[in-house]
Amino acid sequence: MTTLAEYRSSRELLNNLTLRELRSKYKRSFLGWIWSLLNPLANTLVYTVVFGVLFKAKPPEEGPSHLQVYALYLLCALLPWNFFQTSVMSSVGSLVGNGNLIKKTYFPRELLPASTVGAALVSHLIEMGLLLVVLLAFGDYWAIEWLPVTFVLILLVGVFGLGAGLLFSILNVYFRDIEHFLGIFFLLWLYATPIVYPPSTLQGHHLPGTHLGALEVLRVNPMTEMAALFRSTMFYGRAPDGWSLLYFAVWAFALFWVGLRVFGRMERRLAEEL
Amino acid sequence: MAERAVLAENVSKKFRLFHERNNSLKATIMRGRRVVAEDFWAVRDVSFEVPTGQTFGLIGENGSGKSTMLKCLTRILRPETGRIEVRGKVSSLLELGSGFHPELSGRENVFLNGAILGLSQKELRRRFDTIVEYAGVGAFIDEPVKNYSSGMYVRLGFSVAINVDPEVLLVDEVLAVGDEGFQRKCNEKFADMKADGRTIILVSHSMGSVQNMCDRVAWFDHGRLREIGGAREVIEHYTGSVGGDNRSDESGHPRWGSGEGQITKVELIDADGCPTDRLVSGVPATIRLHYEMHEPIAQPIFSFYLATINGQPVSGPNTRSYGCVPDKLDGPGHVDVCLERVNLLPGTYELTPVLTDITMMKVFDYRQNLLRFDVERGASGEDWGVATLLPRWEIISED
Repeated sequence: MTTLAEYRSSRELLNNLTLRELRSKYKRSFLGWIWSLLNPLANTLVYTVVFGVLFKAKPPEEGPSHLQVYALYLLCALLPWNFFQTSVMSSVGSLVGNGNLIKKTYFPRELLPASTVGAALVSHLIEMGLLLVVLLAFGDYWAIEWLPVTFVLILLVGVFGLGAGLLFSILNVYFRDIEHFLGIFFLLWLYATPIVYPPSTLQGHHLPGTHLGALEVLRVNPMTEMAALFRSTMFYGRAPDGWSLLYFAVWAFALFWVGLRVFGRMERRLAEEL
Repeated sequence: MAERAVLAENVSKKFRLFHERNNSLKATIMRGRRVVAEDFWAVRDVSFEVPTGQTFGLIGENGSGKSTMLKCLTRILRPETGRIEVRGKVSSLLELGSGFHPELSGRENVFLNGAILGLSQKELRRRFDTIVEYAGVGAFIDEPVKNYSSGMYVRLGFSVAINVDPEVLLVDEVLAVGDEGFQRKCNEKFADMKADGRTIILVSHSMGSVQNMCDRVAWFDHGRLREIGGAREVIEHYTGSVGGDNRSDESGHPRWGSGEGQITKVELIDADGCPTDRLVSGVPATIRLHYEMHEPIAQPIFSFYLATINGQPVSGPNTRSYGCVPDKLDGPGHVDVCLERVNLLPGTYELTPVLTDITMMKVFDYRQNLLRFDVERGASGEDWGVATLLPRWEIISED
C-alpha cells in the first residue's frame, strides 16, 4: 500500500540518506569535497598520457565544435562512466553496510541503494558543471545549447545505475562475492567500451577467428551508445543519434525494472539474512 | 467500543536455521544447492487485537517469539502467513539510537533518524529544540555522536523516537538501558502517552513494569500465544508456570531468577524486636528480608510486592526509589523495612520479595507470595478497606 503521504516521507528520507552519504563520505578528510574532483583528474591525466600522448589517440574532428583535445573527448564520456560505476559500486554494499539500520528500523529498503546513487549524482553534476566551463573556455558554445538533452542523458545513466544498484545490492546480501566480482567486471567493461579510445580505432578489426566486426559487436554494449551520446551533446555540440538514445533508454529502463522486481522479491527476508 | 489500532491475524513467521552458513558463490556451487537449512517457526498462528489507547504487553521466555512478533508489527520482518494491520503513525524503539551514523553530528542524526521515523523536515525543525532539550545533550548536539557517552546516545535516540508523536509506539526492552534518571523519564513519558490515548505495545521481561504499565498482556510460549488477558492474571500464570517445578521452592511457591543472590527468608518483627507471625494495625513493626549473595553483587535492589490474599495489589516499594543502594553486597545479610506504624487493616496479606540489579530488569530472585500473614485489628478498630490513613481527628466547632 503506497499512499501519497508514504511517498512524500520516502522522498524526504531519500534526501536525508543522500545527505548522510555525502556528509559522511569525506568527513574528517582534510581536502573533503575536493577529493571527488581529484580522482577523475588523476584518471584523466593517466589516460591522456598513455592513450593521448603515447598511443596518439586522436578524437575524430567533427562539427560543429571541431574540438580535438583528447582530454576533453575523454572526460565527456569518462565522467558519465564514473557516475555509473560509482553508483553501482557504492550501492552494492549499501544493504550489507547498513545492516543495523535494516534490522532495527523500518523504511522502504530501496532507499538505501537509491541514496548512494543520489549522492553519486550530486558529485557527478558538480563534475559535469566544471567540465562544461572548460568546454566553453575551449570555444564549444554548442554544449550549452544541448545542455537540457545532456541533463536527460545524465538522468538516464542514473536510472541505469539505480537498476544495477538495486539488483546487485540485494544479490550481494546473499552472495557476498558480487562486490569483488563487480570490481573486475567494471575494469573489463571500461576497456570494452570506446571511452579511453575513439571507436574509430577499431575500424576494420575483427573478433579473432570470426568475421564479426569489432565495432559492430561493441555496439551491443549499451555504454558504447552512452559514450557516443554524451560526446554528441557535450564534445561536438550536436544532436544525439535518435536510435542510440532509444537503445540506451531501453537498456536503462529494462535494467531498472529488473532491478526493482528482483529487489522486491528478495527483500522479504532481508532483515534475517543480514 | 474503542477503535482498533493493531490487528494481527493468524501470523506465522518462519526462520531458516543454517547448519553451515556461507554466503559465498563458491560454497553454493560446491554444495549444488543454495542452502542446507531447517525451518524454525518463531511465531506460529498468533492472532490478537489491540484497541486504540491500550497498553499491551508481550511476555514470555527468551526465544518465545515475542520480539519476532514485535518486529513483524514494525514491518522489519515479514510474516510467512497471516495479516497485520497497524493504524496510524508508528514509531518503534527496538534499540535506541540504532539509526545513528557515528561520524555525523547529533543535529544531523536527529534529522536523519526523524526522517526514518516518518517526520517531515518542517516538523523536525519545529520540534528540534524540544528533542534536544529532552535528551539533555546540550552543547554536544553539534559533536559527532561517536563522542557521546552511551547515556547521551541512548537519550537522544529515545528523545527522537518519542517526539515524533506516534499514534502507535512499539517498544522492545528499552527500559533496560540507561541510568535511573533516564528510566524514570522514560516511565513518565510512557505514562503521558498512555494518558494521551496513544497505543503502546511493549515487550519486556520485567514483570514489574509490565504490571505497572499494561492493560492487557499476551503470553508467548514457543512461538504460540498461550494466554491473553488482563495484565495481572496473565503475569501471575506466567510467573507461576515458568519452568515448572524447578522454578518453585520447597513449599511450592513459584520462584525464579538467575540466582547469583537469593532471598532466603522473610520475617516479621514486632515492636519489641521479637519475631512474630502477625502484625497489628497501627503499631510499629519491621519486615525483615534475609538475603544471601553467592557472589559480590554491585548495586542490588530489594523490592517487594504486597497484595491481599485475593490478589489485590496494595503496595510495591523498592530500595532504588528511596535511594538506598549499596555499592556492593556479598554473603548473607538482611534488609529491614521499618514501618513506623502498620497502616494495613485487618485481613490476610501475601508478600512477594524480589532481588534485582540496579535496572530492575535482571532478576536474581523472585519469590512469589513467600510470606502470608495476618493483620490484626488495632486500637482504632478501623476495618474498612485495606489501608488506614492513620488519621488524627480534630473537630473544631465554630459555634
